[in-house]
Amino acid sequence: MNVLLDHLAEFREGFIGTVLLTLASGLLAMTLGVVIAGFRVSPVPPLRMFGTAWVTLFRNTPLTLLFLIAWFVVPVIFVPGLSPWTKALLALSFYTSAFVCEAVRSGINTVPLGQAEAARSLGMTFTQTLRMIVLPQATRTVIAPLSSIFIALTKNSAIAGAFSVTELFGVQKLLSDKGFPITWIFLWVALGYLVVTFSISGLFRLLERRLGVAR
Amino acid sequence: MTASVLYDAPGPKARIRNRIYSVLGSLALVGLLAFAVYRLDAKGQLDPKVWEIFNNAGVRTNIRDGVLTTLKVFAVAGALSLIVGLLLAVARLSEHRPVRWLATGFIELFRAVPLLITIYALWVLFLTYKQDLGVIGDNTAFWGLVVGLTVYNGSVQAEVFRAGINAVPRGQVEAAYALGLRKYQVMTTLLLPQAIRSMLPTMISQLVVTLKDTSLGYVITYTELLFATRTMANNIIVNGENPFTAVTIVVGAIYIAMCLALSSLATWIERRGRRTKTGVAVAAAAEPAEAPGVLDASGGPLGPTADREPRP
Amino acid sequence: MKFRKSSSAAVLTALALALTACGGESGNAGDQPAGESTGANAPKLPTYAVAGNVKIDSPTLKKAQQAGKLVIGAKNDQPYLGFEDTTGKRSGFDIEIAKMVAADLGFKPDQIEFKTVDSNVRETTISKGEVDLYVGTYTINDERKKQVGFAGPYFQAGADLLVRKDEQGITGPDSLKGKTVCSIKGSTPLQEIKKPKYGAKTVELSKYSECVQQLLNNEVDAVTTDDAILKGYAAQRPTKLKVVGKPFTKEPYGVGMNKDDKALRDAVNSALEKHEKNGDYKKAYEATLGLSGSPYSEPPAVSRY
Repeated sequence: MNVLLDHLAEFREGFIGTVLLTLASGLLAMTLGVVIAGFRVSPVPPLRMFGTAWVTLFRNTPLTLLFLIAWFVVPVIFVPGLSPWTKALLALSFYTSAFVCEAVRSGINTVPLGQAEAARSLGMTFTQTLRMIVLPQATRTVIAPLSSIFIALTKNSAIAGAFSVTELFGVQKLLSDKGFPITWIFLWVALGYLVVTFSISGLFRLLERRLGVAR
Repeated sequence: MTASVLYDAPGPKARIRNRIYSVLGSLALVGLLAFAVYRLDAKGQLDPKVWEIFNNAGVRTNIRDGVLTTLKVFAVAGALSLIVGLLLAVARLSEHRPVRWLATGFIELFRAVPLLITIYALWVLFLTYKQDLGVIGDNTAFWGLVVGLTVYNGSVQAEVFRAGINAVPRGQVEAAYALGLRKYQVMTTLLLPQAIRSMLPTMISQLVVTLKDTSLGYVITYTELLFATRTMANNIIVNGENPFTAVTIVVGAIYIAMCLALSSLATWIERRGRRTKTGVAVAAAAEPAEAPGVLDASGGPLGPTADREPRP
Repeated sequence: MKFRKSSSAAVLTALALALTACGGESGNAGDQPAGESTGANAPKLPTYAVAGNVKIDSPTLKKAQQAGKLVIGAKNDQPYLGFEDTTGKRSGFDIEIAKMVAADLGFKPDQIEFKTVDSNVRETTISKGEVDLYVGTYTINDERKKQVGFAGPYFQAGADLLVRKDEQGITGPDSLKGKTVCSIKGSTPLQEIKKPKYGAKTVELSKYSECVQQLLNNEVDAVTTDDAILKGYAAQRPTKLKVVGKPFTKEPYGVGMNKDDKALRDAVNSALEKHEKNGDYKKAYEATLGLSGSPYSEPPAVSRY
């Protein structure tokens, strides 16, 4: 019990770290994922190739390896001088964006072809078709998988703990090293994650209800 | 590209425009690649000497041992996670309330906690009770990793099984009971075979996740492929530099190849399953983490099969 | 069927290639025995007389004797201290200390099983008995004594700073304001440098060698840890790195073991004292750590408690 009370400051700091990292990389992953999904369905072959390569690379590489790349390869080849937090953000959001991309793409593919054709024969332009016909329907299909992806992201952010970012896993390890019983620490840390993941799934369920219109 | 939801068949103007974009896009891609190669070269990472480290017997043994340990953990954890998943799924669908609650609690807890944290906690726990654990106590890091992977992936697999079982038409179960089959007979001869068949691609995709997650063993000093990689990258010096880039590229390629081999198996089964015309549709080979409904704790349509096109 | 077979076969072939692509003769150009001296007149490593029929009332030791091997935790990425080359051979001062202690406990070098344990899991692995002994630049302090027993000290180090060769601005811990310093989670120098009076930003990783890599990549401005470790890295890359040379803490290294195993602690202490007296210690030092440019100094007196 008193493991929590005595180290409330550490737990709070770790919890906030986890939430912030999840939020930021969730946003970036969302943006990247939609852009890459756009690439993957575009009529321009090189863009499609880029999209496919992106998804294959980031989906099949262990996240820890991506973290190592962000720490030891990216500074050498591309941009030096990123803070540990930025590196974690990049690794997490690039990894997650591959999953977001696939969810968005399959969402777009579930919209029946006939609807788009109908829209076009009504004289709608590309943007109009996208905005009024395809996207509203795709969004609804995409919400459920997105919710799971963001929950996975929350959990994956634990890996950042080993790379100089303050979050809940770091707290667990610190307290365990100090010799506190692991079972209690585990349960409290688990509770922290449960709070985050349940808020995410609650939020998405709310969204689903808002957008859920009978087809 | 065949007909798309997004685009009309391109006319002459659009075709020209697409071609221009293609050229620009290709140039951009080639530019990006060239830039990466240029930077690598400028930092001396393309020096043949750097790549010669892979000719070294020690390095090759390290990589081979790393791959073998990774595959060993994966084989044990993958098999165990399927068994645990099956048991949990059946328990969660049980008619006895305590059993159902216990299974649900187990699944929800371990699915919500990051695997890294589970593995670390299990390892410390195993170390604490080392003496009383026999086989597990002798090789705590291995079993910490394996059991961690098993409880997490088992929980996910349980949900996959459950989705598959729920996708079997209700009428079949009623018919079976009407014929006088017992509960376990219904489960073993009717529900499970169909559930496993329809969910096989999803199960294999989750196995890919299991394979990737073996890399978390570094946190408990288990020397799998990624751990070996780090040691090599840190301890080898060529021209006064650590060959981080070279080692990462090679090991990354190995991981990607292993994962692709597994997922191509999933796609193959999916495609084969689609051609047959029996009861339950085969699910798409999506990782359950993305498959709608599977990771969704609430009720609602269960599993990917629910929102696929109606069965023939 | 045809297509699918060929595609998965292709992937498998790629995998096989990745594994065996470099199949060829062993041990050519790539061998990198870094942190080891191969010169003709380099100091030779001593060998230690293995004690026979050791009877000590220590539970840890009894278990090790039954198993026929002693599990010793060590570092694998610190040149001249605890280092593992690509063939899996370990070398360094800590490894020698481990061997001489093991010899007195009745274990031959081939009966020692070395296990790589990074700084951030030391307390856990030692207190839970995953390793019997731990010899890896392990500073004795009171906080750790709550969980781990220490024999020794066998060496006195001090926290120092490793910087790039062309660095002018950093001359000691007081000139670190606004600079980024890398060290290991939970290490003693890190706790010191984190104090607000220094005003330094910190990056915490799990291996010193990864900190050194960050320093070489200009991602951090300095690496802080014990001078003995830093000198090893500087000696590995003399054209790129240097040690500032102003130790600002005292780090007495001890051999870590189970907290309650007093018999084992006393035995290890006696072993250390014996080898310090009979000259093995000095020989081992000169053949390892001495090569990184730190002159030999008398070991600190062993403190029994």
